[in-house]
Amino acid sequence: MRPILLIALKDLILIFRDRAMLLMIVIGPFLLTLGMGLVGGRFGGSGGSSSGPTDIPVVVVNQDGEELGNALVKVLDSPELDDLLAPTFISDPDMAKQWVNEDQMAAAVIIPPGFTRSVFPSAGEAGAWGLVPSSEVSILLYANPQRPNSVAIVESILRAFLFRVEKGRILGWTTVASLVLHGEIQPEQAEVVGRALGESLARVDNPQDLIRVVALEAGKSEATRVDIMTALAPGMALLFLMFTATYGARSLLAERRQQTLQRLMITPITPAQILIGKGIGVYLSGVIQQVLLIGASTLLFTLRWGDFWGVLVLILCASFAAVGWGLLIAALARTPGQVASMGSALMLVFGLLGGSFVDLQNLSPAIYWLSRITPNAWGMDGFSILAGGGSLAQIIRPLLALIFMGGGLTAVAGWLLARSRHLLQA
Amino acid sequence: MIRVQNLTKCFGSLVAVDNLSFEVNEGEIFSLLGPNGAGKTTTISILSTLLLPSSGEAWIGAYSVTRQPLEVRRLIGVVPQEIALYQDLSGYENLWFWGQMYGLSGAELRRRIVETLEQVGLSEKAGQKVRTYSGGMKRRLNLAAGLLHRPRVLFLDEPTVGIDPQSRRAILDFIKVLNREGMTILYTTHYMEEAQELSHRVGILDYGHLIAIGKQAELLQQVGEHDTVVLSFEDEVDTAPLLEVLQRLPGVVQVGREDQSLKVLATTSEQILPLVVARCLEHQLRLRSVEIIEPNLETVFLKLTGRALRD
Repeated sequence: MRPILLIALKDLILIFRDRAMLLMIVIGPFLLTLGMGLVGGRFGGSGGSSSGPTDIPVVVVNQDGEELGNALVKVLDSPELDDLLAPTFISDPDMAKQWVNEDQMAAAVIIPPGFTRSVFPSAGEAGAWGLVPSSEVSILLYANPQRPNSVAIVESILRAFLFRVEKGRILGWTTVASLVLHGEIQPEQAEVVGRALGESLARVDNPQDLIRVVALEAGKSEATRVDIMTALAPGMALLFLMFTATYGARSLLAERRQQTLQRLMITPITPAQILIGKGIGVYLSGVIQQVLLIGASTLLFTLRWGDFWGVLVLILCASFAAVGWGLLIAALARTPGQVASMGSALMLVFGLLGGSFVDLQNLSPAIYWLSRITPNAWGMDGFSILAGGGSLAQIIRPLLALIFMGGGLTAVAGWLLARSRHLLQA
Repeated sequence: MIRVQNLTKCFGSLVAVDNLSFEVNEGEIFSLLGPNGAGKTTTISILSTLLLPSSGEAWIGAYSVTRQPLEVRRLIGVVPQEIALYQDLSGYENLWFWGQMYGLSGAELRRRIVETLEQVGLSEKAGQKVRTYSGGMKRRLNLAAGLLHRPRVLFLDEPTVGIDPQSRRAILDFIKVLNREGMTILYTTHYMEEAQELSHRVGILDYGHLIAIGKQAELLQQVGEHDTVVLSFEDEVDTAPLLEVLQRLPGVVQVGREDQSLKVLATTSEQILPLVVARCLEHQLRLRSVEIIEPNLETVFLKLTGRALRD
């Protein structure tokens, strides 16, 4: 075990002493994320276009038909969200659910009858504008589990809207009650004044805020933020994880070229120990890269990645899968240059397929299923679930997929490397 | 200590080592002398368990290189022809890593590193990255990495190629010290002078064949009292016609060509010299220098192969 860890440690030191490598695996993705975030308007700009998912298909059923229901429809159909959402308005909630079930839609938003009344009760209703809250009527977000990114965005828009409504209701109650108590208005005027206050507060004045702010999660007191950076940062991190994995695996052939592999082969350790040591070195470099990127983005961009243990286990599994691909390339290539070329191509293809640049949910089902061969796609699924408030238990599927992918690829690569005479010929 | 029996290694149709057999005694420096491509590195690669032979067998101590490679690796140290070091680690870190690979650790490892760095004259540069070292310094560190664990048998594969005279001298002197301490050394080179200076016995390799083996005196007896007349010409001349003429002169045993020189092995250089110079003038070849060399290992190689050692 000791020689294995020593080889891994040596490789780690060499990787992190290489300034060009450091630039590529840590500073590069960080700057790229920062740049895309700036373009996406993450840092206060309101005119930038989003680099995240676009034209999310969402079906809306407005059974309320009153002020707040109509206001929400207006928000979802607003020109500001034109690029982001592609809403369809129908009246049949069952059909809306069916479209989601058939994967035609990312989500269905069903505004139930009496939604406005539950927020702003009429003057005749019991407890109106008093201190007795009216009965709860919830908006239903019927989510497509295959499109977690899009669902997270639609949910964030809804929660932002509801947050403002809730704010408006509380302020309305307080203001109206205060006005009535001080004799400024008559009780029968309370409904009109309250509605006016609530509507003005529910109105959205900056569409970027809709993407940024998600309202309080049920049962939790802490707000969860989902924004464009939450999709960008893991996308970039996973993209460059593939680079790290292939670069690290390249060192196997580079060592052969610089004769240190041959020197290792004549020390009293087995070839298997050398291969495992180098595999662990690559794996650890991937894990450290992810931890650095996620840590830095948490501190500098105030990103919330979600459940700590979930993120940690996801990093470990995604790195394992990426290393599997890296080792496979090293086993198939004959020179470090070939690994670099194949690795770069794989990194970009996996980035595209895996959702680092575009939202897969807007692509055809065939491409979506093809994306499942990439660690990026499974990693993105996991990060989306965690960023949306999911726990470790909820990312078991992507975790298992990544573990099987890593295990399978590593086994194949190990078999190929063991049979590879060119690697060991002096 | 080293026993090689009918060792053959083929790479496709190329026979790199052909039915090689020899033995090296404990505490001996044995040199394999031969030109590039003679099979020296392939032989060391097989003995150090890096390559499997196509046929034949070899033993280091009591262990077979094909059946007990791990036991063999514990006995040996190898200084490869190429600089096999991590360029972005310091000299000290390289030795630390390679020492750990041979099972050294803790205070013992640190002591060995300090001692070995001192012996190869790199103590002051120990903290610098190998990338910043000169060629000679890298060679010395390459040597240090191969013997840090004090192996019983040390393989040195052309360890002085391409370095300055001072570094070469330091390496040769260090090898003698190691041998005096009891280390068995198998040394490969195409520098006849190094083989002569270091070796107790020499094996001469050519195209994978062992064409001569023995102590230097025994090998020199094969050429008797023959001298070598070395004729150096001005650049870019065709010496082929002259070579054929010289071979027909009485008293000439062999004529070999090396770069812009001809090496004439003759029974008595004093008698042959005027004839040789006259033939050169007849062929209108301008001589730059004429040198008479007494019998040495190169003379042996010339006699046995008809070619100069560095052909």
